[in-house]
Amino acid sequence: MLWNLPASNVLWALAAIFSLLGVASLVVFLIPAYRQVELQKRLISWWWIVAVFALVLITIHPIALFLCGFLSFLAFKEYVSLIPTRRADRRVLFWAYLAIIIQYYLISLHWYSMFLIFVPVYVFLFLPMRMVIAGETEGFLKAIGTIHWGLMLTVFSLGHLAYLLLLPSQGNPIAGSAGLTLYLVFLTAINDIAQYIWGKSIGRHPVTPKVSPNKTWEGLLGGMATTTVLAMAIAPWLTPFNWIHSLAIGLIISYAGFVGDVTISALKRDLGVKDSGNSIPGHGGILDRIDSLTYTAPLFFHFTVYFYFKGITI
Amino acid sequence: MKRLLRVLFFSTIVRLVVLIIIGLRVIEQSPLPRSGPAIICANHNSHLDTMVLMTLFPLRLLAKLRPVAAAEYFLPNPILAWFVIHIVGVIPLHRHKLTTEHPLAKCSEALERGEILILYPEGSRGEPESIASFHSGIAHLAKRHPEVPIYPVFIYGLGKVLPKGEKVLVPFFCDVVISPPVFWSGHKQSFMDLLQLKMQELSRQINITELPDKY
Repeated sequence: MLWNLPASNVLWALAAIFSLLGVASLVVFLIPAYRQVELQKRLISWWWIVAVFALVLITIHPIALFLCGFLSFLAFKEYVSLIPTRRADRRVLFWAYLAIIIQYYLISLHWYSMFLIFVPVYVFLFLPMRMVIAGETEGFLKAIGTIHWGLMLTVFSLGHLAYLLLLPSQGNPIAGSAGLTLYLVFLTAINDIAQYIWGKSIGRHPVTPKVSPNKTWEGLLGGMATTTVLAMAIAPWLTPFNWIHSLAIGLIISYAGFVGDVTISALKRDLGVKDSGNSIPGHGGILDRIDSLTYTAPLFFHFTVYFYFKGITI
Repeated sequence: MKRLLRVLFFSTIVRLVVLIIIGLRVIEQSPLPRSGPAIICANHNSHLDTMVLMTLFPLRLLAKLRPVAAAEYFLPNPILAWFVIHIVGVIPLHRHKLTTEHPLAKCSEALERGEILILYPEGSRGEPESIASFHSGIAHLAKRHPEVPIYPVFIYGLGKVLPKGEKVLVPFFCDVVISPPVFWSGHKQSFMDLLQLKMQELSRQINITELPDKY
């Protein structure tokens, strides 16, 4: 009743990810050189993240969509708790929260065109109107700009992850929508880790010294190479991509992931905070974890739909 | 029966709203007391302050938690009064009524029974997210019970979630900073200064994001 088991390839891939976590846990908890509290906390959080994500892949759509919507809600809540707000913005934020529910309801209806335009058109036009009715003009532009940007990032962009789950299996006979979703999320996460490890080990020259001095060219390029090789290696099992397309999507995911990461870093630097929150032990806040995904999810989605879902009703 | 309702109310509705809709970030410079008597001294910006503070304690202590609130707000409405006194467990404070009994006598009795008082020395909910100067009732209690630990607690964000005069709840993550306990210093003015200073120290622990009304 609750389960919607994906293709066997997806289950095998999930099993492989859990084994990877198992090996990493052995290293971080048993080998003295790596036994650091911060790494252990981060790894325990990874177990939780992977467990919830696995649930999203193997449960029926209402549950999976609810989990995705809840992630959007938490991310948006973290965002509006972080940015400066005025008393008058509460009324506008109330409607912005309502927009999350409506957006995920539209997704559940498979109403593709409305899913695409609801936030960028209707919410975009509605929220300023509500703010005008509230009547506070001081700080108007900044308030409406920040609130809408947050919705685009945490609801519109992340919503693509949920819609990806609903894509019909004709477009990806080998592993279905769950295969595509797993491919995207796994590569995005691995790319974060690979860029971090490359940067840590041989990083010298910062890419964006003002925003994020720890992000280096060595980390970026090493991470992109690692992710693209993996993208090409895994593609035949989880996606319909030919080698040219998997090469392209590897480059897109690894570069877009980097951009998403530094975008949230710029936001945090502007606000003078180190982490976006402390909801995920060892990682920081929710935005710290999903920053890359806000860029990779929509790009991956539209790439896949453009090349492999032509003439298929989604 | 009332106790059961109380436990049910706090373990389901309150916990759900506080943990899922609102979401807390707690900085414990010191753990909260695990037994009474004790006084929790917090800033007051929202009706939700009491609910949030009460969820920070384990359920087994629920029967011991006694928020102190001004009587004139809820006593005139009988349904609200029943709810506030029996379910929330409030000790009503008659601020302006002239009686022979000292207005804080009930609070003293509660401390003697080993209960944990939740006090808002600012009096009524202040302007959102600002600390008004403290009333000295807490000094009076501290002087009468010099052995009772007083935990300054700073709450930030609930004045955005549900400020005074608003009816719609809007989710924000909220911060709670808990200080190690302080005790009666032997002198009213120095004690009040100490409390104010502690609150200001606590408020510096977090990132204040609400813009002043004239921004």
